Amino acid sequence: MSTRVIKKNRVPMPKQEPSVRIRNFDEVALGYTPEQAMEEASRCLQCKDAKCIEGCPVGVDIPTFIKYIKEGNFLDAVKKIKEKNSLPAICGRVCPQENQCEKLCVMGRRWEPIAIGRLERFAADYERQSGSRFVVASSGEKGRVACVGSGPASLTCAADLALMGYDVTIFESLHVPGGVLMYGIPEFRLPKKVVQDEVEYVKSLGVKIVTDVIVGKTVTIDELFKEGYQAVFIGSGAGLPKFLGIPGESLNGVYSANEFLIRVNLMKAYLFPKYHTPIYVGKRVAVIGGGNVAMDAARVALRLGAEEVYVVYRRGEAEMPARREEVENAKEEGVKFVFYSNPIRVLGEGWVKGLECLRMELGEPDETGRRRPIPIPNSNFILECDSVVVAIGQSPNPLIPMTTEGLKIGEHGNIIVDSEGRTSRKGVFAGGDITSGEATVIAAMGAGKRAAKAIDQYIQLGVGW
Amino acid sequence: MHSGKVTNEIVVKKELAPSIKLMVVYNPLVARKFKPGQFVIVRVCEEGERIPLTIADADDESITIVFQEVGKTTKMLGQLNVGDRILNLLGPLGRPTHIENYGHVCCIGGGVGVAALYPVAKALKEAGNRVTSIIGARTKDLIIFEDEMRRVSDELYITTDDGSKGEKGFVTDVLKRLLEKNIFDRVFAVGPAIMMKVVSDVTKTKNVKTIVSLNPIMIDGTGMCGGCRVIVGGEPKFACVDGPDFEGHLVDFNHLLSRLKMYEKQEKEVMQAA
Repeated sequence: MSTRVIKKNRVPMPKQEPSVRIRNFDEVALGYTPEQAMEEASRCLQCKDAKCIEGCPVGVDIPTFIKYIKEGNFLDAVKKIKEKNSLPAICGRVCPQENQCEKLCVMGRRWEPIAIGRLERFAADYERQSGSRFVVASSGEKGRVACVGSGPASLTCAADLALMGYDVTIFESLHVPGGVLMYGIPEFRLPKKVVQDEVEYVKSLGVKIVTDVIVGKTVTIDELFKEGYQAVFIGSGAGLPKFLGIPGESLNGVYSANEFLIRVNLMKAYLFPKYHTPIYVGKRVAVIGGGNVAMDAARVALRLGAEEVYVVYRRGEAEMPARREEVENAKEEGVKFVFYSNPIRVLGEGWVKGLECLRMELGEPDETGRRRPIPIPNSNFILECDSVVVAIGQSPNPLIPMTTEGLKIGEHGNIIVDSEGRTSRKGVFAGGDITSGEATVIAAMGAGKRAAKAIDQYIQLGVGW
Repeated sequence: MHSGKVTNEIVVKKELAPSIKLMVVYNPLVARKFKPGQFVIVRVCEEGERIPLTIADADDESITIVFQEVGKTTKMLGQLNVGDRILNLLGPLGRPTHIENYGHVCCIGGGVGVAALYPVAKALKEAGNRVTSIIGARTKDLIIFEDEMRRVSDELYITTDDGSKGEKGFVTDVLKRLLEKNIFDRVFAVGPAIMMKVVSDVTKTKNVKTIVSLNPIMIDGTGMCGGCRVIVGGEPKFACVDGPDFEGHLVDFNHLLSRLKMYEKQEKEVMQAA
């Protein structure tokens, strides 16, 4: 009888050294080699009743794709993933697996869970680099659907509908498709080439993508129906940046995280003047907020040449909503954290000179379950800085709700949908951040997937309203 | 594409004044939706910036844009010719100017802003207003859209800083004089930020409601970046989605002027770069 050797720890992810990577925008995590992937895959217990699948918002058959990797059948592994997920190279990089599939991994009860995300990324990268992508283009015979926006929700909805045989057109307001994957997430975490390759995959399924069209202005949803689209999916994202509403917030040198990241990621300001869009960070940068976007902004600021980058957060490290991994990456790179501090004023004349903050302590838990920060009187202090990035979240863009009659809107400006993505208006579906407020890429993809099913039912059977 | 033209193809190009160019651009989707006061965002090359340009006119299939070659993008745009395609063009963006019959209105345009003022003046005239217009520029060569403005105005005043055409002085000199008669029910001003500031200062003394079209730096033009925020009535507003029109008496122009200079150094650098 043979005893199974349990490998307690996962195969580490090869990464660029912090001292090197803070001087470039190249990807930090380098990805597994085939040997590393097979070794990690061999740790999987191949549970019959696999809990990990329950943790995946799009329901990928995780044990089976891992089995294929273990056997060296990498292309079969990707095929298996793509039955449920059209954007695996993206998800393998930016999904918060630690809160989803990996959280439920049985191995994780005693040891480290299987590195499912890294394996997903490996399989997707292997296929992309091999050049042997498996594609069946849509017949387009089942009906015509329009998707608004080209971020993860729309791309997934469109891909799923194409796979079912629909003729799908995506309308994007920016000059490139990808939405937040292009303008929001930095190159060093999600290379834009990877995003465009997965967009190309979605196009190869027969999905058409029209850029430079803003639905709500260039065309309205009513006009899309008049043009013959039978259903419309709205995946326009959470586009409107929030500000703190403190004095000095409109001084030169204060950016919303959206503007900061759009300049760098979408417009490639890090390559100025070859690319024409400028950005200025100066020597000291204060980033306000504790989420993933704040971590992205802080790490971008370092790479733009800032000598000191502070993340200013009103609660403590344990309360930060950012992924652990991203916080660790930021720390390794030298980002400094200023916890329990709440900005009350941006100082400067014309240009930013500093950020005045109040020290905070934690009181009783609030409605989110996190302890509410309370200011400590007379604890004001000044953080000197040359620029400030406000990364405290975004709200849904009101453009489509404003120009579309019959859409029920929530108090935060979000479009109200049922569990399948149906809005209050017949034939109109929505998903992703426009419905939920800011969430994750994979949550948006899950919503796009559910909506695709509901759209199919609506067009084929007329059900839903 | 029954006409054989491709989207964003330049169908007419004219030099209106040294460094001021007019282009008629084929884009039926934008043209059919355009209302006075709205703008487009353009990008001319893969490395290029996204910049806002106010639409000066439109028919069923094309829009007219007028721009002054002051930066990298406008210079590159100016080098395009009839038959070339503008790489990206998004619109029409922003809230249209609110048009109704106010009675007697004064339309004030400065420099290249006169082109953006023209559709507003035209719509105001069509709505039944009596339209008095004042247009100005540094010197006579830079006066544009004179004939167009004359057609839609009951009276047209012209000023130049150097006196080479019309009255010597600023548009606000004429405005001050006309305001003495208390004849205007509303004033509309489009032009350099400093001109709109002075116009607003002048009309405030007579309490004549004044609408200005603000021109801050923008990127996406759809409300996403917040880079175009202006302070109106003490509150931050996004010019791209809340504007570009605002009540001049409530606008913090010093703030706008300061933000317009945010990248002065980089703008020079990119012009010098090959």
